[in-house]
Amino acid sequence: MNIPTTIEALDLSSTIIQVENLSLHYNRKPAFAEVSLPIYRDQITSLIGPSGCGKTSFLMCLNRLVDLVPLAKMSGQIRFNAEDIAQKKVNVVALRRKIGMIFQRPNPFPLSIKKNLELPLKEHRTKNKAEIEEIIQTTLEAVGLWKEVKDRLRHSALLLSGGQQQRLCIARALVLEPELLLMDEPCSALDPLSSATVEELIQQLKEKCSLLIVTHNLAQARRIADYTALFWFAEQTGKLIEYGPSAEIFNQPKNQITEAYIRGERG
Amino acid sequence: MLKQDLSSPPKGFGGVFDFVLRQGSTGVIWLGAIFVTAWSMWLISDIVFNGWAGLSYDFLTHTPTNAGREGGIAPILVSTGLVLAICMAVSFPIGLGTAILLSEITATDSWWGGMIRRSLDVLAGVPSIVFGLFGNAFFCNILGLGFSILSGGLTLACMVLPILIRSTEEGFRAVPIAQKLGASALGLSRLSTLFYILLPIAVPGLIAGFVLGVGRAVAETAALIFTSGYVDRYPESWLDSGRVLSIHIYDLSMNIAGGEAHAYTSALVLLILVLLINQTASHIGLRYLRRGVT
Repeated sequence: MNIPTTIEALDLSSTIIQVENLSLHYNRKPAFAEVSLPIYRDQITSLIGPSGCGKTSFLMCLNRLVDLVPLAKMSGQIRFNAEDIAQKKVNVVALRRKIGMIFQRPNPFPLSIKKNLELPLKEHRTKNKAEIEEIIQTTLEAVGLWKEVKDRLRHSALLLSGGQQQRLCIARALVLEPELLLMDEPCSALDPLSSATVEELIQQLKEKCSLLIVTHNLAQARRIADYTALFWFAEQTGKLIEYGPSAEIFNQPKNQITEAYIRGERG
Repeated sequence: MLKQDLSSPPKGFGGVFDFVLRQGSTGVIWLGAIFVTAWSMWLISDIVFNGWAGLSYDFLTHTPTNAGREGGIAPILVSTGLVLAICMAVSFPIGLGTAILLSEITATDSWWGGMIRRSLDVLAGVPSIVFGLFGNAFFCNILGLGFSILSGGLTLACMVLPILIRSTEEGFRAVPIAQKLGASALGLSRLSTLFYILLPIAVPGLIAGFVLGVGRAVAETAALIFTSGYVDRYPESWLDSGRVLSIHIYDLSMNIAGGEAHAYTSALVLLILVLLINQTASHIGLRYLRRGVT
């Protein structure tokens, strides 16, 4: 593995998550192995690389959604707020309140728009009606959905367009005020226009929380990510090949594979 | 050349063979459909034609006399309702709970879950007479409940449970994994996930299981003849014996000479009852589904 020295030189107190030697197996079949990387606070970090090299699995380790996969076995350390969240005994409900996740396909619940946002709010933050109304409005405004849906909050969320559904899902994660938002190819199931809207929204979200985005769209990673990590399938498992500021990864990659991948010659 | 190949239909033996195969299979499918429809239409119209004349308000509200050849079926309806009520009151919560356990709590590949599932599938195929004998031995004799509405209801519950559990479980499995992941990613508790996300989506499967279960229960004869008995007066309590509709029909058509007319009318009442339960269940299901949206 070849992690550039520039990373080590950076101030580590600005990291929100420090991953150390993280490996994941599905029923003894490795998904990725020995990944170590810091994720910086209030920055956008993107994970790129070909399919099947463990990017999504890596994401699911960080909020322990991987617990739901039968026979998945994780080893290594994930330091988040001075706590190792890779430990079995960690309170995953409290963890997932602080680390939100957006999926590739928008997955609003088959309930009304309002209920979609109310559900996590009531569970974790407040049962006060006025407060709930206020949070719903400010959050929907933050994702640019308020004007579009304010008159039909009681309609089914499934009636929204794909892009609107994805923004609703982002709002649903934001009502919990997460410190880190994991996004698994949030734009790939959307049409180009909706994709652009969501991408714009992601850039604004930087002011609210840190973001870790898996994307297959290299141009998107180059546009929005402050840091970029390249995962690659090597030695029968997913590996972290190169990690650093996006400008360096895209302009002066140190690894030959990275260079070929960026130029579209491999992957 | 290519254009010609595409526009002209295939010729020669292959073409004729294709034609026969296509027309032939269409014919077979139609024949099958017609056969199934005609069979059930014949059955239903036979019951309606022969039973309609006897159907009246008096028939539903009077006690049977002359071994059922005359009078009505009021006490039989009461017994049927009671047996059904016990059966559903017992099987519904147990069925729902087991379905949740199987689909949401035990891992899909767990040995334990697989064993339960396999046992249920075997149980669902066990002839009802076996359930009847089991009920007689266990509820009537060992538990000392005797020939009673309670024994009958509990025996029916045992019989209906496998169908109810499996179909409800299918309902829960129909919930997309994306929804479950979404709920987990928000840190929602198991209970709120169940109530707000899983149940609304699983309701159609639940209703289907309920209708199948009630349908099987209300039409059951063999399991009840050994457990709830065939006394045709009003039952005085849960522990009293009572005769249900299907047993009444069986008795009138097999044992009572000249009971055919009332057997037909009772069968018609049973048919209408099943239809009503079916309609009500799907109506409730639809309302429950809409509730989630508004």
